[in-house]
Amino acid sequence: MFDIKTLESYQAIDNKLYQVMDAEGKLVIPKWKSSLDNDQIVQAYRDLLFVRTADMMAVAYQRQGRMFTYPPNLGQEAIHIAAGLVMQEKDWLVPAFRELGAWLAKGVKLSEVFLYFRGHEDGSRFQEANRVLPVAVPISSQLLHASGLGYALNYQGENAAVFAFVGDGGTSEGDFHEALNFASVWDAPVVFVIQNNQFAISVPLAMQTRSKNLAVKGIAYGMESIMVDGNDIFAMHDVLSFARDYAVTNKRPILIEAVTYRAGAHTTSDDPTKYRTSEEEEEWAKKDPVLRLQKWLTRKKLWDVSTEEELIAGYRKKIDAEFEIAEHYPEYNIDDVFGYLYEEMPDELKRQKNDYMNFINSSGGVK
Amino acid sequence: MKVMNLVQAINDAMDIKLQEDKSIVVYGEDVGVEGGVFRVTEGLQVKHGKERVFDSPLAESGIAGTALGMAISGMKPIIEMQFDGFAYPAFNQIISHIARFRNRTRGKYSVPMVIRIPYGGGINALEHHSESPEAYFGHTPGLKVVIPSTPYDAKGLLIAAIEDPDPVIYLEPKRIYRAIKQEVPEEKYQIPLGKAKVISQGEDITVIAYGAMIREVQKAMVLVKEKGISVQLIDLRSIWPIDRDTIGAAVRQTGRALIVTEAQQSYGPAAELISVINEEAFLSLEAPPKRLTGFDTIIPLPLGEKHYMISPQRIAWEIEKLVNY
Repeated sequence: MFDIKTLESYQAIDNKLYQVMDAEGKLVIPKWKSSLDNDQIVQAYRDLLFVRTADMMAVAYQRQGRMFTYPPNLGQEAIHIAAGLVMQEKDWLVPAFRELGAWLAKGVKLSEVFLYFRGHEDGSRFQEANRVLPVAVPISSQLLHASGLGYALNYQGENAAVFAFVGDGGTSEGDFHEALNFASVWDAPVVFVIQNNQFAISVPLAMQTRSKNLAVKGIAYGMESIMVDGNDIFAMHDVLSFARDYAVTNKRPILIEAVTYRAGAHTTSDDPTKYRTSEEEEEWAKKDPVLRLQKWLTRKKLWDVSTEEELIAGYRKKIDAEFEIAEHYPEYNIDDVFGYLYEEMPDELKRQKNDYMNFINSSGGVK
Repeated sequence: MKVMNLVQAINDAMDIKLQEDKSIVVYGEDVGVEGGVFRVTEGLQVKHGKERVFDSPLAESGIAGTALGMAISGMKPIIEMQFDGFAYPAFNQIISHIARFRNRTRGKYSVPMVIRIPYGGGINALEHHSESPEAYFGHTPGLKVVIPSTPYDAKGLLIAAIEDPDPVIYLEPKRIYRAIKQEVPEEKYQIPLGKAKVISQGEDITVIAYGAMIREVQKAMVLVKEKGISVQLIDLRSIWPIDRDTIGAAVRQTGRALIVTEAQQSYGPAAELISVINEEAFLSLEAPPKRLTGFDTIIPLPLGEKHYMISPQRIAWEIEKLVNY
């Protein structure tokens, strides 16, 4: 449990990291109790395995030439699964682009994620998921949308929070600072989560900032700020639960820095061997979030590792089926290019589309 | 009917809509207590409350980006960029998100909002206070861009912009904010976006302009009338969507066209209009369409503006040359 008293002893300015269990899955806070019951924890572990499997398969699909650029989540999954456990139906999710588990928790279909990364906007329509935004490619700009959503929640009298994600590199962007400031001045209930995965593509954190950590940046904007071990799902869940309650009850934003490591490449187009060492990667692999929960569960006799292979095989079938939906999605046609810019298509666009169609009709289908 | 200038007409449009639709909020720098540096939002905060008409922190990207968040969750923000040159920090939000969100999400989320920007030169202002950025926005898919030239149009266009389901850039020609007064209906009315207006019929030449340049062209028309030249004047009103039909029909009638814009020349609105004329009226042309625009220079500080701003005399000179081509 993380409460307002815990907050007093985890002030960002003191550079103190909130952690519940260490890399061996052993509790570092004596007598710590989760607000999750054992069944929920086991389910969270299954979700971690599912997301990790889906993520690794996504990279494989890309390598097979069946998908375009994809940003792997490897190593950061605990943050997303914890957020998924905390977010309520009325809460908004404002992702960056590396939050697969949080998306799925909000009801986004895996086939939609695959469709998007296969290169189709229909993957961002999110047929059955509400209050969740699509990938935001320009860094940090999505945080301002979160602050505006927070204003709207207050204006419309709703008791809900906005969960907004950004990376460590994103904290250098002006929009990061504007978003924190607007949310604070407006008393917007936004939980800002920085996923500090140590690298912005190839640029290490030391070249982004001279702040002692990233959470301290919230202090200047008058908001509570907490640094948490992002590879520790218990710590993440504690802090995000507290943050949501805090934001909704006090109508205030709060900043969380989740310290983690991007174990994979930035995207499938990136080659991390150019900018980091295998020693560093191995060091972080020991702190892996999935492995860590597995150790805790095994020690508690809540999990039998020998069942995992079969479980994952089942997941793989399910994930392949989702990918098939994306792969066999209807052909991208010209209405997909023109049809969604405005509620009603202006004559000028109709004319341009018509010109193109006249060519297609005369060329026998050659584009 | 009530006599209003542009400032009053724009204020009236917002007042009516604020009264009618509780999802609307108005915010920006100094728009609350002060009523805006041009007083366009004067009195709105007192009347509609601090939750609905308010000062935001001084950050244009922040103003635009937060408005997107509001718009996708059922609100309708009307935001103000204090000056044309101060809109540039908001470019990323406008171009990368506001203009694209409907397309990106295949219509799941739309962004109904109005971005009001006082624009244009001729007011003896500091640097960054006299820009004509319409081409940037007109070039951006997903936006609509309108510019009124009269109080009547200012009110009707703004109401239409607020009621439009998509983001609209509403550029206010600040040079004529208080210079033109006109009888304006007190009730609500809309002027459709995307429609140009034939201000006056004439036989010898079509002049297309918008915003503060309309008044300058009208002054030029008086000068050339003495020489027996009759001008058909078109107020473009909508930078995008562009009203191809009205422009084409007009130039087909006169066979001659002059475009007058305060904006710089290259890749600007005048170039776009001449393309439309070539496509729609080529066989009727009696002379090459001509553009009289701002130079491809930085708009000078006040002492140099007389060279940059287009005078009625210069417009008249170009009209005569084209008619006698």
